Amino acid sequence: MTENTLVKFDNVSFSYGETPILKGVDLTVTRGQVIAIMGGSGSGKTTLLRLIGGEVRPSSGTVHIAGKIVHELNRNALFKLRRKMGMLFQFGALFTDLSVFDNVAFQMREHTNLSEDMIRDLVLIKLHAVGLRGAHHLMPAELSGGMARRVALARSIALDPMLMMFDEPFTGLDPISLSVIGSLIRRLTDALGMTSILVTHDVQESLQIVDYVYFLADGKIVAHGTPDEVRHSDAPFVHQFIHGAVDGPVPFHYQARAYADDLKICGNSLD
Amino acid sequence: MPMTSKFAGTALINHITAIIQRTGHRTIDSIWRLGCASHFILLVLLKSMASFARPRLIIREIYYAGVMSLVIILVSGLFVGLVLGLQGYETLQKFGSESAVGTLVALSLVRELGPVIAGLLFASRAGSAMTAEIGLMKATEQLSAMGMMAVDPIARVVAPKFWAGIFSMPLLAAMFSVMGVFGGYLVTVVVIGVDEGSFWSQMQSAVDFRYDIVNGVIKSCCFGVVITAIAVFEGFDAPPTAVGVSGATTRTVVTSSLAILGLDFVLTAFMFRGVA
Repeated sequence: MTENTLVKFDNVSFSYGETPILKGVDLTVTRGQVIAIMGGSGSGKTTLLRLIGGEVRPSSGTVHIAGKIVHELNRNALFKLRRKMGMLFQFGALFTDLSVFDNVAFQMREHTNLSEDMIRDLVLIKLHAVGLRGAHHLMPAELSGGMARRVALARSIALDPMLMMFDEPFTGLDPISLSVIGSLIRRLTDALGMTSILVTHDVQESLQIVDYVYFLADGKIVAHGTPDEVRHSDAPFVHQFIHGAVDGPVPFHYQARAYADDLKICGNSLD
Repeated sequence: MPMTSKFAGTALINHITAIIQRTGHRTIDSIWRLGCASHFILLVLLKSMASFARPRLIIREIYYAGVMSLVIILVSGLFVGLVLGLQGYETLQKFGSESAVGTLVALSLVRELGPVIAGLLFASRAGSAMTAEIGLMKATEQLSAMGMMAVDPIARVVAPKFWAGIFSMPLLAAMFSVMGVFGGYLVTVVVIGVDEGSFWSQMQSAVDFRYDIVNGVIKSCCFGVVITAIAVFEGFDAPPTAVGVSGATTRTVVTSSLAILGLDFVLTAFMFRGVA
């Protein structure tokens, strides 16, 4: 593991009860990069983020973050590590009883002894970065989906994390909000010197902003490469995923008996 | 024919086995859940110091659980007192002892009705709200988000609600009793015309501070602990779906109502055994 590696998955497996979710995942994230983890729904993408955040423990293998093995940390050390991470949840997960301002100020008030004046300035700086300084007095219920996502982004970068995780940041957004969030992820990563991990299935938007892509299918990394390599890849899964083909390595039909058997055509018509 | 009866016998045995298995599973599940709840409440207690260090969080919850329940508690207390006064007078006047109606109203309220009805109302007004709020925070990933921000949701969200409920419940029960006594006074003294002097003096001489009032307060404290413990556990344990949260809210009201009534009997049996 080199100095420049921030996150490293070493043969990580994970299962919920009897159901295997990840099967021996190897993955490396270099500092300062924006990485996308792509895969269909239910391929275990979000579980990867939960492993990084230490919410769940791997069944085998290790997850290293900045040289530390996450599941070996005790509670205090884990919480200390989490202070250096930010996570953007799929639908923002803003605290509905707090205003936009208080949402962004939440971590500063919980983890620092900054004066209210200082917090006010910092919150406004963070909100300005996502273009919502003027919305600081609104309640989460008054925001559109895209705005809520931007506030949540401002909240997650409140303490200038070294690692940002985005869980499906593009889901359910209109094209304008989608590009806004996309460009914010890239700009903020570069400006704050963060490293970002994007879990997504939005191909077009993410290929424009990321440095490296991992494809996850059936709990395994099936392909990886830079956006250019991925666009021109001949690998059947990558090709199907990038072009959204209906059938391919990921079949259209859920596993079933033969069609004819289910309809009992053979027996009836041939007799 | 013997074959048929043999099959019928096997089917019956299978049926009975299935019933026994189901009962066993349910029993084990209930015990398992009780263990989870106890573990959860222990965690809440362990993490409460952080909440005590920030009284503003608890005060905010006292506002939502206690102050917002005041209207329903005061109005219900008044009506219960009015009815007690009417019914008490109706019966006592047959024996010519209508002046004892003050004693009857005060003792029934302070010992039983105050804590119990206030508890039932508190469970349905504040307990259900606590469960729904925590459950929805879980369903919308707010609790996970808090955890990812290195803020413990049990210390930040659950513990303040727990202590606010325990603090509010005895006060609400006391206010319920006060309003009830006032209601009894209104209907018997002001409307019917029972002698005011004997109404208050009989009440004063019959109600003992240690035996009646303190025991009533102890009861309401116990109910406060039970209601809020059930409410916060159900909320935290709720499946993160619409059906899950609504089910948890219903369970809070049903379980805590039953717990209040059952516990009330046990406490009464310990406290009041006819020895003054």
